[in-house]
Amino acid sequence: MDILVIVPAYNEGQNIETVINDVKKEAPQAEIMVINDGSSDQTGFIAEATQKATVINLPYNLGIGGAVQAGFKYAKRNGFQTVVRVDGDGQHPAQGIAMVLEPILNGEADMVIGSRFLYSSGEKPRSVLARRIGQKIIGFVLTIISGQKITDASSGFRAYNEEVINLLNKYYPADYPEPEEIIFLKKNNFRIKEVGVPMKIRTKGSSSITSVRSIYYALKVALSLFIGILRNPIIKK
Amino acid sequence: MPIFQILSIIGSVLIIVFLIELVRSRRLKESYSLLWFFIAFVFLSVSLWRGLLEWLAVFMGIGYAPAALFFILIMGLYLISLHFSVVISRLSEKNKDLNQEIGLLDLKIKKLKEWIDGMK
Repeated sequence: MDILVIVPAYNEGQNIETVINDVKKEAPQAEIMVINDGSSDQTGFIAEATQKATVINLPYNLGIGGAVQAGFKYAKRNGFQTVVRVDGDGQHPAQGIAMVLEPILNGEADMVIGSRFLYSSGEKPRSVLARRIGQKIIGFVLTIISGQKITDASSGFRAYNEEVINLLNKYYPADYPEPEEIIFLKKNNFRIKEVGVPMKIRTKGSSSITSVRSIYYALKVALSLFIGILRNPIIKK
Repeated sequence: MPIFQILSIIGSVLIIVFLIELVRSRRLKESYSLLWFFIAFVFLSVSLWRGLLEWLAVFMGIGYAPAALFFILIMGLYLISLHFSVVISRLSEKNKDLNQEIGLLDLKIKKLKEWIDGMK
């Protein structure tokens, strides 16, 4: 019982129960931790009612970074050696958990990203053009900076080992943490690996990134990546 | 002494007195008052010693002395605003930590309660 599945959820009352059941079915040995990020709907209540998940209710909405970090803090304090992050909106089918976990468990990588682009079969992910272009640019920049091909930088389907947990519970990027986390971990000499996982198109609820906000998003990511390059590593390996 | 100079001296002194009162009554923290005091004393020095502004303007290569005053003031305000952004960033970081801590403590309390209820 040393695997913690972190499920950050903000107003996912329609999806959260399915996600929990799905994770429980695919990873019965893991503890499921739902971080209810100050939802205004019944997300926390529904998650607790399943009795399959431990639920942290944050008093107000922190954003994805703050929510995930709360999960890392819980993992650190309760001695979990492995963390898997699965988004609460249901776009990460739990069958992918075993796929992102494998390189962690056999010591091949310190952090694993589940990439929808490395997975061949299943439904093709479709998204807004502006967003797709943004993803390509971020991916390109990340590939140059990290010296490693990153195909799905915005994927939140990830697995982490204990060393990474020790770092991320203390320092975690705030607003759009997925790409920044890659730079941050690379800077601190952690090994990152991408594996293909199936992903679903959102069924219920709406994505937190709308096309209007995507320019703001792209600018913010660009800035945080740039600053991320300039930062000194926190730990020496 | 021209009336304008007398007025600006009185104004500067009043600002300093007001600042002292704010700190004295603990409505303004000492550490956040320093920059404001600094600016107020710049006001006062420039009002008391008229040649100072002329000298500063010449030193900075600005032909029109009041423009030098505006430049200094705007830079001062810029620095203060920047200082506030830094303080706000620090506060929001601490706020985030407290938020997470409340969430984690809340869970602990819930677990403790369940445990106690189980003992009954």
